[in-house]
Amino acid sequence: MQAHILQISYLIASVTFILGLKFLSNPATARKGNLIAAFGMGLAIFTTIFLYTDSDGNHLRNLPFIFAGLLVGTIVGWLTAKKVQMTAMPEMVSLFNGMGGACAMLISIIEFQHITQSANQTIVPLGELATIIVGMIIGSVSFAGSIIAWGKLSGNVKDKSFGFQQFINIGLLAVILVLAALAVVNTDAQMFYAVLVLSLVYGILFVLPIGGADMPVVISLLNSFTGVAAACGGFLYDNKVMLVGGILVGSAGTLLTVVMCKAMNRSLLNVLIGNFGGGSTSAAATSASFEGTIKEVTASDAAILMKYAKKVIIVPGYGLAVAQAQHVVHELEELLEKEGVEVKYAIHPVAGRMPGHMNVLLAESNVSYDKLVEMEEINSEFTTTDVVLVVGANDVVNPAAKTDPNSPIYGMPILDVENATNVIVNKRSMKAGYAGIENELFYKPKTSMLFGDAKKALTQLVSEIKNLG
Amino acid sequence: MEKILFIFTENIELIYLIILMIFVGIEIIGHVPSVLHTPLMSGANAIHGVVIIGSIIVMGQAEHVLSLSLGFLAVVLGTLNVVGGFVVTDRMLEMFKKRK
Repeated sequence: MQAHILQISYLIASVTFILGLKFLSNPATARKGNLIAAFGMGLAIFTTIFLYTDSDGNHLRNLPFIFAGLLVGTIVGWLTAKKVQMTAMPEMVSLFNGMGGACAMLISIIEFQHITQSANQTIVPLGELATIIVGMIIGSVSFAGSIIAWGKLSGNVKDKSFGFQQFINIGLLAVILVLAALAVVNTDAQMFYAVLVLSLVYGILFVLPIGGADMPVVISLLNSFTGVAAACGGFLYDNKVMLVGGILVGSAGTLLTVVMCKAMNRSLLNVLIGNFGGGSTSAAATSASFEGTIKEVTASDAAILMKYAKKVIIVPGYGLAVAQAQHVVHELEELLEKEGVEVKYAIHPVAGRMPGHMNVLLAESNVSYDKLVEMEEINSEFTTTDVVLVVGANDVVNPAAKTDPNSPIYGMPILDVENATNVIVNKRSMKAGYAGIENELFYKPKTSMLFGDAKKALTQLVSEIKNLG
Repeated sequence: MEKILFIFTENIELIYLIILMIFVGIEIIGHVPSVLHTPLMSGANAIHGVVIIGSIIVMGQAEHVLSLSLGFLAVVLGTLNVVGGFVVTDRMLEMFKKRK
């Protein structure tokens, strides 16, 4: 009876995962989807603890330890997730992903020990061993890679690449696969641990050379890796809910990764081995000299320009997130609306550090959802716009993506801000954006620069508009 | 070769499940707007925390101190993945609520 209840609860949990992901891909139902999946997860966990029996009908032991582990994980996970700053969300996701990878890795290690120690088995279960080692390789790559990705996003780890790194990585991967095959065939413990260490090293080397701007794509990819590692566990224990959850995330995650790459008009391969930073330095040097000069604008002039405009479009970028200027930009928007100005936000799919980063950030300060317009829809509106205010964005408004085939961002769809009558760009300095290239837009006659930290500059702008009465 | 084929047919049910789930996974997020990329990734991240079931099973069968402590660590890490993942996702989505 109990076994049947367990199977039914696994079935329910599997359905909640599918529904959860489905709901998560629609803004109106997303939150509900997350809660549904969380409910299914809880159900699966608790029915496993109480109802799971092994092939001999024994229940699980060590329940106090299991509950202690759950308790510790819940408290720590809950608190960190609740406390983390909105801007630090991406690295948090990466960190949690790494934990899942490590969990899969540990399961494999324990199961391997279990098989080798319950020795004098005349028949070694090859299929099980293979599943264990595949789960371990993927789990540890995901773990090590996620930690590096987390370090990069939080600024603790710098981009590093050395010559022939891609060849070393491919070679290392080949060595891992050969050793893994040997470890399975010979049930060799030493080789098993060698594979473990090499997989961790591979995870580090895999992520290390990839530019910080591409981390979201990498995290998404590692996310689907962990899904596959979880599915290996499902295969091992003949556990359908692990299999369904893992494979779902594996396939949906892979597709999501590809979709993210498409938003930047790049291929996954290009992200993984493209060395964005390295190759572009030469391009930056050659195209550094543009015609025209930089024109600065004072906050009061910018205020007048905006107050008497009919239509203003704000283009937010990473600078807005860094300066935590989401509230003051909302204040500016409300102020202008009160003056009868039509205000919209133009959201580039890769503005910020993650797709959707700007939406989350602006939603935090209660900017209404329908004011955030995606790139495809708003691009035609720039021609009828009086003032575009670019706040801390750079590469996503760089016309070189259209005009300069040598530019590393050539082909990336951009916001056509240059079609507007006036462009005001708020930046801290003339420093290049994440792609490390100059932006011709800043040198155009209709562009004027409002230098300074986004929060300070916008606060000043708001008070100047108020002063105008 | 025979061994591999045997493993294959022995698990044919699971293999069918894997293939179907690959298609389901691709199908259900096919039309996601870019606004939701980050929350969706985060939600998927929480769902692969289902690996915790494996760590619970491993721990419930552990006999030695070593496997017990490794299992404990696995349960803690798995729980972090699940709880942290769902809570972070919820916090992201909380911000999408419409203004009244």
